[in-house]
Amino acid sequence: MFEITYLLFFLVASLLITVCLGGYMAKVFNYQPTLLTPIFEPIEKLSLYITGIQSTGSQHWKQYAFDFLLFNLVCGFVTFLILSFQHLLPLNPLHLAGMEPWQAFNTICSFVTNTNWQSYSGEVALSNFSQIAGITFMMIVGAVSGLAVCVGFLRGLTNRHSGNSGLGHFYQDFLKSLLYVFLPLLLVGSLFFISQGVPQTLQQQVSVTALEGAPQNIAFGPVASLLTIKQLGTNGGGFFNANSAHPFENPNPLTNFIEILMELAIPMGLVYMFGVWLKNRMQGWVIWGAMMAVFLSFLWMGNAFEQAGNPILSHLPSISVGIDQQSSSLQSGGNMEGKEVRFGVLPSMLFTVATTGTSTGAVNNMHDSLTPIGGLVPLADMMLNIIFGGVGVGLMGFLLYGIIAVFLTGLMVGRTPEIFGKKIEKPEIILASIAILLHPLLILVPTAIATMNDFGLSSLNNLGPHGLSEILYAYTSAAANNGSAFAGLNANTPWYNISLGIVILLGRYISIIALLAIAGSLLSKTKMEPGPGTLPTNTLLFGGVWLGVILIVGALTFVPVLVLGPLADQLAMLNGTLF
Amino acid sequence: MFVAIRFTLLILVSMGLLYPLALTGLGQAFFPQQANGSLIHNATGQTIGSSLIGQAFTRPEYFHPRPAANGYDAANSGGSNLGPTSKKLIDRITVDTSGYQQKNGAKQPIPVDAVTASASNLDPHISVANALRQVPRVAHARNVSPKRIKALVLQLTEKPLFSEAPYLNVLTLNLALETKNSF
Repeated sequence: MFEITYLLFFLVASLLITVCLGGYMAKVFNYQPTLLTPIFEPIEKLSLYITGIQSTGSQHWKQYAFDFLLFNLVCGFVTFLILSFQHLLPLNPLHLAGMEPWQAFNTICSFVTNTNWQSYSGEVALSNFSQIAGITFMMIVGAVSGLAVCVGFLRGLTNRHSGNSGLGHFYQDFLKSLLYVFLPLLLVGSLFFISQGVPQTLQQQVSVTALEGAPQNIAFGPVASLLTIKQLGTNGGGFFNANSAHPFENPNPLTNFIEILMELAIPMGLVYMFGVWLKNRMQGWVIWGAMMAVFLSFLWMGNAFEQAGNPILSHLPSISVGIDQQSSSLQSGGNMEGKEVRFGVLPSMLFTVATTGTSTGAVNNMHDSLTPIGGLVPLADMMLNIIFGGVGVGLMGFLLYGIIAVFLTGLMVGRTPEIFGKKIEKPEIILASIAILLHPLLILVPTAIATMNDFGLSSLNNLGPHGLSEILYAYTSAAANNGSAFAGLNANTPWYNISLGIVILLGRYISIIALLAIAGSLLSKTKMEPGPGTLPTNTLLFGGVWLGVILIVGALTFVPVLVLGPLADQLAMLNGTLF
Repeated sequence: MFVAIRFTLLILVSMGLLYPLALTGLGQAFFPQQANGSLIHNATGQTIGSSLIGQAFTRPEYFHPRPAANGYDAANSGGSNLGPTSKKLIDRITVDTSGYQQKNGAKQPIPVDAVTASASNLDPHISVANALRQVPRVAHARNVSPKRIKALVLQLTEKPLFSEAPYLNVLTLNLALETKNSF
């Protein structure tokens, strides 16, 4: 009964957010006035003035991409300095040392790309200044850049600027994303989280004497301002090492529910906005429905296996009565290792599916301790990386598969493939193939290298097939710009800091540049009216083909390694084999 | 190039500094209790912890929390990160299970949250099943009738919006035990 009510609330809230936020963004990025325009228009103009941007005319895709990359590079460099020299900067009451260069390199690669992989532990390694001016700042840059780039891409795809070969102006899109979309939600969201118990203070620690007399040092700081952008921007890097499992970062089941919705809000809204811009809302809903179908299947699978628990615990040889993993009115039951009592099984798994599908990477339970199939769900979710996807890049990835899908169906019926009224030709297919093939390459090659060498294996926390899953998860998370981890793996070694940093950079920028190039190329083609020979892409049938292509092209590559990792682990668990 | 630098500085100052500092001001003004870590005090006014952060309890007259990967160190959060087929995990659970049986009797099965480590290392809650299982031990150690302890457990059971199953805050429960007139 709880399951049904909970999911019903989730679906209704998702639909509301999709329509409201999507409709709002469709106006904002089309330069139409909204309720907030009187407040933010002067700020936008002032910001453009003081940064010396004179014209906000539409840019060619190359200029748009260049501005995006250069801005990200400068931000990364500034943050590198802040992290490395935090011992010389203010708000460091615990006198923490500066971050080591390789770890700082990994951290900036990770945060500028909206990945938020963390090889450090927040409350141990960072001063409050680094948490706000380094991490919070970088999270905002990564997320807002992602939204801006997606807006540019969608303009290209939907011909918003008719008679003009541009995608829009990068800095203007950035400012609009930040002011009109992020800022209001950040302020309201943060105040809500503070009211629920998320700390927001400049102190770094308080010492208390616990009830039994032992001392306890409680770490905290400006958590709420970081938490909100972490969720809303699908960033995912926690203030604390335990991320959203930490009671200060996720105090109760209600905040958990809101955090899940925040991860999905902008990616869902973008799908709707795309439909509005195409003047074809049905197209938006077909994409939304296909994404939600996969989302719910993953959730069902993960929840079933986690609720079933760990069979080894039911038959411990030395225990007379056994461990009760059944769900009842007195406990949530299931596999509770690495889970919090206040969340239980389904709210934990909903968080897991949302965080890995959207490239957020925050966690409210420890994925390393999931049952093998329960852990396969987040892995597969990141391998696809488009079940709503990260802010901006998720929808772009989904449309990429759409291009492949019309190409394949075009081949089947012997016609020139077209999508949204534009012909798909050789350059688009080459670019799309590069972007799609890159993902498995970035995951499988470094995983193979790490499993063959001591520098890779010595970081493992779990042995046997679960060890392979730990390494595989790390590279999948990096390539997908997700940032969650099978956190047993000690990733703070030169090999992992450097290799994961490089995978993160390639995973983000190559595919974004390829997609902007596709948008630029499509923009230059004349739009054709749909004729009798056109394959409509807004039907249930094409939605099915689209999903089929995603599963065959996107997932089949990974089946062998998933058999060796999670599936072998599952068989071992059923057999009672320990490693 | 200069545009990129100026733009970076603008975002750094506005979103990296102004935004978190303004929120700190607002949070401190409107929700000072929550913004400062939801700290709680005992009868004599001493700060004894945070109502959101779990504490270690080992004495028989207190309810015990879940096992923690790092001993309820509130400056070092995280889980065990052991997978279900890990020998380390099963060995730990076996030891914890026999300990739990010795303290709380071996007749009924053990609620799973009582022998598994949380994700945060700081889980402040236990399931109702786990609390009820500990009632006879606590009552015996305090020389009170188990009925009265059980009544207190049921009274402090929480079932907030969107929670899967009801649960109890161990610190709140133990603090209530210390206040005699609460039961």
